[in-house]
This record gives sequence, C-alpha cells and structure tokens, in this order.
Amino acid sequence: MFVYADHAATTKMSDVALKAYSETAAQFYGNPSSLHSLGQRAKEVLEDCRGRIARAINADPREIYFTSGGSESDNQAIRSAAYAGAKKGKKKLVSTAIEHHAVLHTLKKLEREGFEVVLVPVKPNGIVDVKQLEASIDENCALVSVMLANNEIGTIQPVNEVGEICRRRGVLFHTDAVQAVGHIPVDVKEIGCDYLALSAHKFTGPKGVGVLFAKRGAPLTPLIEGGAQEKNKRAGTEDLPAIAGMTAALEASIADMGRSSAVLKRLQDKLIDGLSKIPHCALNGDRTLRLPGNISFCFEGIEGESLLLLLDEKGICASSGSACTSGSLDPSHVLLAIGRVHDVAHGSLRLTLGAENTEADVDYLLEAVPEVVTYLRNMSPVWRDLQEGRRQYIL
Amino acid sequence: MSLYSEKVMDHFKNPRNVGVIEDADGVGEVGNAKCGDIMKMYIKVKDGVLIDVKFETFGCGSAIATSSMATEMIKGKPLEEALTLTNRAVTEALGGLPAYKLHCSVLAEQAVQAAILDYYKRNNIPYDASKFPDALGEHEHDHGQEEDEE
Repeated sequence: MFVYADHAATTKMSDVALKAYSETAAQFYGNPSSLHSLGQRAKEVLEDCRGRIARAINADPREIYFTSGGSESDNQAIRSAAYAGAKKGKKKLVSTAIEHHAVLHTLKKLEREGFEVVLVPVKPNGIVDVKQLEASIDENCALVSVMLANNEIGTIQPVNEVGEICRRRGVLFHTDAVQAVGHIPVDVKEIGCDYLALSAHKFTGPKGVGVLFAKRGAPLTPLIEGGAQEKNKRAGTEDLPAIAGMTAALEASIADMGRSSAVLKRLQDKLIDGLSKIPHCALNGDRTLRLPGNISFCFEGIEGESLLLLLDEKGICASSGSACTSGSLDPSHVLLAIGRVHDVAHGSLRLTLGAENTEADVDYLLEAVPEVVTYLRNMSPVWRDLQEGRRQYIL
Repeated sequence: MSLYSEKVMDHFKNPRNVGVIEDADGVGEVGNAKCGDIMKMYIKVKDGVLIDVKFETFGCGSAIATSSMATEMIKGKPLEEALTLTNRAVTEALGGLPAYKLHCSVLAEQAVQAAILDYYKRNNIPYDASKFPDALGEHEHDHGQEEDEE
C-alpha cells in the first residue's frame, strides 16, 4: 500500500492544473513583454490569471504580484515593510515564534542590519497570544507578521484580530498564508492584511510559483532587478505555464473546499482519535483551531527520523520535526515554542492529508504508526528507563 | 530511499544484536535524549573476549545502524581489539554515512568504550586511560554541526 500523507510539504498537481500548465506552455510561449501578437496573447493570459487569482482572495488585480513561491513572497513583503519603516525611523519588527523560516530567517538577517525583532510566544495550543502581540506594538513598529496557519502543527492563527489591531495602530501587517490558501477560506479584506504570501504547490498547483499580495499603497521594493515585469517590482520573464497551472488549481481547490474540508476533517478526527490511543503521546496544536488535514503528534521514547524511515518502508510518506530530519542540532522551533521539551520534540510525526486520501489510507496509517512506534520503543533505552521508573514520563 | 546506503538501511531495518543482557559484565550508555540519540551497549566477557554484545538505541536511522554494525564488529573479539574500533571503521563498514550523520558513528565508538571501561571498573582491572579517549571524556558528543546559518 502507498499512502502519501505529506501534503503540507507539497501536493501532486491536479489534472486541471496539469492541463492548464501544458496547454499554456504549448500555445502561449510568447514573452508577455514582447510587442508582437504572440507576446501580447501571452500577456492576455497573464492578466487573465492575475484577475482570477485576485478574485479568489478578494483582492484587486493590481495587488497581485507573481513570484517564485511562498519564500520569495515572504522575503519581499518583510523587507519592503522594514525598509519603508526605517526611512521613517521605525525599526521594530514584530512576529511570532512559530513562523516559517522564510519569515524567521529574513527577520534574523534584518536584525543584523540593525532592526529590532520581537518574536511573540504562542500559547501551549499553538495559537499566538494576541494580547502580548498587541503589547509589543509601539510607535517604532514597522511591521507585524503573523502566519495564517502553521505548517507543522496546522494551528490557525487569529489573523483577523491581528489585522484589526494593526489597522488601529497604523502598522503594516503581513501574513504568510502558504498553508491556508486553497484549504480554508482566505479573504484579504476580511483579514485586513497589507501583504499576503501564497504558494501554488501547496494546493495542487505547480512548484516554483506563488503570489505576493500587496495592498495598494503598501510599500514594495524589488528583490530581483532587471526588468519591468510585475510593475517593476519583480524582474524576470513570468513563468506563464506555472501561473496558469496555479490559477486553475486555486479555482478548483476553492470550488471543492466545502466538500474536501468536510472529508478531511472526518479523516483527521479518526486519525487523531486513533493515534491518541498510543500510550504516552500528545497531539501538537489545538484540536479544533487547525487545518483540516493536519495531524501532528509527539511520541515519547522514540526519535522521528527512524519513525519516518520505517513508515517509508511501509509505503507511507510522512514528516517529522526531529533534529535529524531538520538537518540541524535542535528539533523544530514550533514544537519547542508550544512547550515540548527536546526529549519529546525529537519524537514527532506530522501527517498531512489531501483530497485524494481515503478512509482505507487512514485505516492503514492507524495500523502502521502504532506498530512502528512500538517497535522503536522496544529497542529504545529511553523507553526502558521510562517503563522501569528510572526516568519520568513527560507525556 | 537514497538518503542512506543499502548497507545502512539493512542494519537499520534488521538490526543485529538488539536487546538487553540482563547479567551483563559491562554496560555503557552515551549520548542524551536532548540531542535525540542515546546508545546503550551491554557486554558479556569471558577470558578477555566479548562473548556477547547487545544494544539499545534511541535515535535516528544512522544511530541504529551504527550501533548494529559496531556490535557485529566487536562480538567475539578480545577486549583489546574491540577497543581499537573507530567510528571511521564503523562508517566504512556501512558504506559511508551522510556528513551530517557522522556523529552517530562517534556515538557507537563511545558506547563500546564505555561498556568495556565499565567492565574494567567493576572488576578492578587496571586499564590504560589512553585507550578510552571517548569514554573518559576527551571527545565530547559532537554533532559536527555548523551554526545554523543561511
């Protein structure tokens, strides 16, 4: 059996996206910047996509900038707001402890450039503490950046509330909506954000393409120079097939959202209930304020990478926040931020379901995961110590 | 799976000598749960020879595979010879490890030394400290990791 349960990492392109991608590549290969008719036809397709993407998130087409994906969009939004703020003497950037590295690493770089960065903690359920966030905003604040939904534990952040605060306090607001768009309703006006980042491959579109929404009037500085594309804000010939694929994927995901999220929610509930029966484990992130397909657990006494390798042997694609899978010394900053200590954060498992997952997949996961956890615990000296009372259970 | 060599995957999926020796003559435990890997090595010694070796490991695929390979390489060997086991030899026997996983093989070398040192101490056998560079703390458990830096 093969079960792909890593949809937060990336998704398989949908048929409609593939069709739009290949047809656009075949027919509209002109450069949208060219004056001739072939180029102008490509330009029409480009602007048609821009309008459709704008409608999908309730934006104005002039607010849609095509980029290479979520990371670029996050980078550009944050840098643009930071540099605009610095010109007015505002050098404080407020964000949260659970942001994606595209946000955190950009902030870290800006900190070295002389900005003050405040990362607001989250509550144990993985939801940002809005009161503390508001308390961090002062007259020096140039930008607030809070993700819409977390990529590891799936928690949905109170961005509407944050947006309201930012508007009231006159601070620019960026939200990384990469995990949310196409999965839960996203409306830039409702959120009240100045910037929003999205990425096509998270919602069955192609890889390497995304969007930066920047509200009209919000400062925008190009990261890539060399051409007048995207109103001088993003140089480089547009990847039209990818943009067309993204547009088709987004429309299809939104059209199917009601049905798919109900199905995913049911599968998610079954998985969470089933995995919770494993002794000494804990669900990461709020049980209800989370993306419909996200299931994240910590299992005490085992390490995540070996768990993933054994699941892979059983045909299951999953992910983990253990140090060994992150390629760094520490386990996931998100798990640490919700209060998981290193010892248990290493034993994490993330399953993220998509529209093509079935009840049979969930049944198979519920059979395979406990089996692998037990197998690894049986060879773990930590587990033995826990069982024999030489070490205290944390979970 | 191409993250690891076939040999590593073989030892990871079918680890040799997993378990506990209840009446072990020496036990060594190295690493810590905070770093995400702990190796515990149990040895049985007769006439200066390792007649049995078992291990328990909490850790990633390469930690389990190196534990398994290390036990296979020292089982049946005289203590003096087992002490010459290096992390490099374990890594080579496994057909190599990704660079960022090399610390796991250091852990295996340390665990072997720690178990033998425990045996010497339990039996008041005089030992040459220079033969236990890891177990006596000259090498720290090192992930060989550079600063998390873009």
